[in-house]
Amino acid sequence: MDEFREPDAADSAPENGDTSRSGSARQEGHTSEFDVSRRDFIGGTGATIVAANAMPLGAQEAAPSSGNDLAETEVPRSRIAITVNGARHQVDVEDRWTLNELLRDHLELTGSKLGCNRGECGACTVLVDGEPVYSCSTLAVWADGRSILTVEGLGEGGAISRLQQAFIEHNAPQCGFCTSGQLMSATALLERNANPTANEVREALAGNLCRCSNYNAIVEAVLAATETGGA
Amino acid sequence: MKAFVNENPGSIDEAVMLAQAALREGRSVSFAGGGTDLLQLVKERVPNRPGSGVPDVLVNLKRVAGIDQVTRNDQGGLTIGGLTSLTDLGANPQLRDRYAVLAEAADSVATRQIRNAGTLAGNVCQRPWCWYYRNGFDCYKAGGNQCFSIAGENQLHAIFGGGPSFIVHPSDLAPALVALDARFRVAGPGGDRSLSSNDFFVLPNEDVAHENVLGDDELLVSAVIPEPSGEIRSHFYKIMDRETWTHAVVSAAVVLEMDGEICRTARIVLGGVAPIPWRVPAAERLLADQRVTPELADSVGIASIEGARPLAKNAYKVPLTRRVVERAVLAAAARA
Ligand SMILES: Cc1cc2nc3c(=O)[nH]c(=O)nc-3n(C[C@H](O)[C@H](O)[C@H](O)COP(=O)(O)OP(=O)(O)OC[C@H]3O[C@@H](n4cnc5c(N)ncnc54)[C@H](O)[C@@H]3O)c2cc1C
Ligand code: SF4
Ligand code: FES
Ligand code: FES
Repeated sequence: MDEFREPDAADSAPENGDTSRSGSARQEGHTSEFDVSRRDFIGGTGATIVAANAMPLGAQEAAPSSGNDLAETEVPRSRIAITVNGARHQVDVEDRWTLNELLRDHLELTGSKLGCNRGECGACTVLVDGEPVYSCSTLAVWADGRSILTVEGLGEGGAISRLQQAFIEHNAPQCGFCTSGQLMSATALLERNANPTANEVREALAGNLCRCSNYNAIVEAVLAATETGGA
Repeated sequence: MKAFVNENPGSIDEAVMLAQAALREGRSVSFAGGGTDLLQLVKERVPNRPGSGVPDVLVNLKRVAGIDQVTRNDQGGLTIGGLTSLTDLGANPQLRDRYAVLAEAADSVATRQIRNAGTLAGNVCQRPWCWYYRNGFDCYKAGGNQCFSIAGENQLHAIFGGGPSFIVHPSDLAPALVALDARFRVAGPGGDRSLSSNDFFVLPNEDVAHENVLGDDELLVSAVIPEPSGEIRSHFYKIMDRETWTHAVVSAAVVLEMDGEICRTARIVLGGVAPIPWRVPAAERLLADQRVTPELADSVGIASIEGARPLAKNAYKVPLTRRVVERAVLAAAARA
């Protein structure tokens, strides 16, 4: 029934998606090694970003039915250990951060995108222990002890992967917004099946929308990256 | 997102204790499997447990040991841990072999990404996808006291068993589990209990706010599928309004117990048409001790829509249900 959603206040309310991301910049006691650069980034990109989010958390979070929200100082945090693209990290995360927020906003891995933030587009797809999941629909704390692969981690020694090369050769990206997600789903597919048929490719990529509708080129590119080169 | 605490219990007892402790302090609590449903609700600030607001505490079940697998049990049936992923269910050879209806139902859910994260228990316990509830209307399912669909946009709502809420039960696994006569193991403060999947789901006229019997501090631990007495042929047939990534408009889970080419007993359970997985006993009876022919399947389809009461905008579901049942029965019987 999801596709028939009616527009409503919740969609434009500031807490939808953005609050916790801006909240992180305010957080003292965030000890991730990436924190300094994140803060510099926010400071450096202009006052408007800061001002837009400068509302006290209490006010932003005062949406209906949230009477017992915790105060800002009490936002629960946890320390997790995760491997991202082969590198091990110890990070302090807010319990409420999605994996996508952790990757994009705190580890500065902006390759995985945030489209719908609700499991309906696939732009945020990353691999968790080798399997594609929507990073918008799982929590960073739940990734404790897991190994994450993002588009930044494809390829070796600075070179792009065979699949990425095929994407270029077959013009698989148009605007490119869905591309990292498509690449992650296709990478996992080729891992479990080195020679998929066109239908198997379509099925494996069914959870990745392309608003440019470049599906044929994407399927072609994946087939070209199979062992037999799609022959 | 609202600030909440995430807890990571290592055992079922600990999970129940954490939930109880939170409730005692007046905090609302939700169990989390894959979170593919739950997090959407939390982000939109839609109450997950009706009447208790957006959760203050999430009890993450992914660290609970030993409930993420399919195992053969002492009685010759299968025990499926509640945290088993939908991908694992779809790929499980024992299921594919003997209980295809459940593997097919799991495969039909959403997308690979959601099936990787999504769990059996989360699938069965997912909240309704009625657009009013999901978009913040304070209806019965959110703990309020009215239904907006009855006089509103009810294209996707119930044609059986509705009132005072007219949701359809959203789970694809639920009809398959009921068709297989599964039993559910539930853990709570009073210890464990086991009940028939048929008795797990409740109609809105018994409890309008909840879809099942679980209390706020109870969790679904596993599903137990009995050993069939004879050869089983089964099939899950799902109609969507696009090819993938969405819930059933109408579905049918069919399980036939066969003796050669004669069907001894049948269980037919519908999805997408009622607030609970909907059994159609009149249709099932027609199949008892019969050879399954196209003519019989047609009659079974007709019997399956007896008593349907469509709303203003969903009458199309009545003939659709009839044909879905007819085709599902034929497909199940054709299984070698
Ligand atoms: C875009 C989209 C499409 C979807 N399409 C389908 C579809 O086609 N078919 C379908 O069936 N579903 C569909 N879903 C719904 C659902 O998210 C998945 O099916 C998934 O299986 C839910 O499992 P989960 O483990 O992620 O649940 P969670 O999100 O973890 O939990 C779901 C609910 O169950 C409760 N819960 C979780 N575990 C337990 C437990 N052990 N005991 C008691 N309560 C528990 C949670 O508190 C929550 O209320 C879709 C979801 C999305 C976002
Ligand atoms: S059908 Fe159920 S969920 Fe939808 S508005 Fe009515 S009470 Fe709410
Ligand atoms: S951003 Fe995660 S699925 Fe759209
Ligand atoms: S290339 Fe633009 S969305 Fe896919």
